[in-house]
Amino acid sequence: MSTISGTSRNFFSQVQEIFNRIPNMGVYGVLVLIFVGCLIFVPNFGSPENVRNLGQHSVALGLVAIGQTFVIIAASLDLSVGVSISAMAVLASLMMDGRTSMMLPTVLMVIGFGTFVGLINGLIIAKLRVNPFIATLGTWLILQGFLFSRFDNFAGGVPREFEYLGYGQIGPVPVGVIMFFLVAAGGQLLLSKTRFGYHLFGIGGNQQVSRLSGVRTARTMIIAHVLCGLGAALTAVFIVSRLRAGAPWVGETYTLDSIAAVVVGGAPLSGGIGSITGTVAGVLIFSILNNIFNILNIGAFAQLVIRGIILISVVAFYSFRLRK
Amino acid sequence: MEVDTTTLKEKKVNPVITFLQRIPVIYFVMLLIFVVIGIVQPNFYNSRPFFGFLKRAAPLIVVSIGQMFVIISGEFDLSVGSLITVCAAVAAKVIFNDPTKVWEAFAWILGIALVVGLINGLVTTKLRVPSFITTLGMMLILTGAISIYTRGAPQGGVTDNFRIYGRANIGDSIIPIALIVTIVVIAIAIIIMHYTTLGRRIYAVGGNPIAARLSGVRVDMVKTLAFVLCALGAGLGSILIVGFAGMSSLIIGKGYEFQSISAVVLGGVALTGGSGNVGMVVAGALTLQALFSLLNFLGLPLPIRLTVQGSIIIGAVALAAWRDIRKSD
Repeated sequence: MSTISGTSRNFFSQVQEIFNRIPNMGVYGVLVLIFVGCLIFVPNFGSPENVRNLGQHSVALGLVAIGQTFVIIAASLDLSVGVSISAMAVLASLMMDGRTSMMLPTVLMVIGFGTFVGLINGLIIAKLRVNPFIATLGTWLILQGFLFSRFDNFAGGVPREFEYLGYGQIGPVPVGVIMFFLVAAGGQLLLSKTRFGYHLFGIGGNQQVSRLSGVRTARTMIIAHVLCGLGAALTAVFIVSRLRAGAPWVGETYTLDSIAAVVVGGAPLSGGIGSITGTVAGVLIFSILNNIFNILNIGAFAQLVIRGIILISVVAFYSFRLRK
Repeated sequence: MEVDTTTLKEKKVNPVITFLQRIPVIYFVMLLIFVVIGIVQPNFYNSRPFFGFLKRAAPLIVVSIGQMFVIISGEFDLSVGSLITVCAAVAAKVIFNDPTKVWEAFAWILGIALVVGLINGLVTTKLRVPSFITTLGMMLILTGAISIYTRGAPQGGVTDNFRIYGRANIGDSIIPIALIVTIVVIAIAIIIMHYTTLGRRIYAVGGNPIAARLSGVRVDMVKTLAFVLCALGAGLGSILIVGFAGMSSLIIGKGYEFQSISAVVLGGVALTGGSGNVGMVVAGALTLQALFSLLNFLGLPLPIRLTVQGSIIIGAVALAAWRDIRKSD
């Protein structure tokens, strides 16, 4: 191995150096690879309507994954988002019940619910000092109990006007995608430009040191969980607009999928590292996967196997790069 | 250097209280639940229902002990539930109602568990994938694979000589075979954790992996072995569950990953690793199973049981955390 330190001479390693400096290169690299691969090999992948589909499907997972990013950076996690989304979807659909007058109050109510659940999670974790896995598992179970004891099917319905959120377009871009973009931009700004974001990375990296340095660790953690609940609420609003009604199982897959998207996006579960842009890439990777599964008509069970393999491979690839 | 003694308080320490403070919380919680059960359903303590309870608790205890190895070593195994389902389905298909094939089924279960445990371990240690992700991915793979393998519906069936481990008693007595199996597993686990080098290394690796590695411990191998032990626990658990339930189904293992982790954490084992012992895990599993029974006796509708389960888990862990903080004052 060469003992020369500092910048190497040859062209190839200089290119490599440039690549290494671009943040999130690993996950965006994978994303580009997958995207280009699909463009070439999967029929119909590049068509404008498919790309639009892709965008739409990224929105739901994307919004909750953005919220999950905050807690994972803080070395915590939220297992309750899935059931929370289901509960909010049912709540929204029942409250609106086809009436346009109820649209705004419902959205406010849903946001209130989501942030409240986040607040409870944050309090249990920060004040009662319960491990996040257990705390949010507990919240999951509690919510699920309440939800399933009262509902077992679709309930209520949204008014036609509300469907604009899920189906409308501004020019060629779907409304949902615009919302996703705005939330992502806002989230990234929060992370990189505010004191909160700074503190978040601090408590994720080393909680003791942060506390000794004067960071209000409890408050930061609670805010992170509230933001996660907010992300879940936005996802619920979006999917209830897409599905036109809520049912107690609609949010189920979002728990593990959001965590997977964040980790694939480069935020390790041990905390202290991460970005919204990385998460967005992770979400896109999963959306593309789901998209091509549909195009290629891959069976539901085979999808599970492939997703499992891809999940492990992408994270392994990324981990490997990080260790080098 | 002068020692500042002004902060030292002269406290009259009551030895009984100190002793009580040292006992892990879970034993008190377990006692409490069993007392409450006794009040709500006094028949529970007659031999038949009680041993029935132990038979039902046996798989959870065994699987939780497996999970304990992994958690003490500092990792997670989310794939145990799907592994249980896989082993059950494979057993049913291999035996296909033919009693002579039972030993072949055991061999298959052992083999599958070994392979899954090895893969979990190697992917986590060599590919540096966080165990949450590895075992999550494995769970997806196993769930998908078993559905493809059985083409959506469980095939074949197990025979009585397979079922005895989960369901039958010794001869004509009241003592379930499952209880003996569980006691043997507990004994083996205690021996491994407290009397072998492997056990000491598992604690070391979980407590401080960097220090362990610098001391010459093969961290990767220890963690992989922990995953293998966990998978073996799941395999054994599947035998007991199928025995008790009588047949396998595609959701037979569902929830066991969260239940086993809950049992371990309820018992007071830190999720960060490096501490805990077998007794606490067994108490945690018993408590969880007793909680299920209690909710059953109280006649609560199924979904509300989930709510109560969640609250109790949070409560017990919060209590343990609070005690830890007070103890360090």
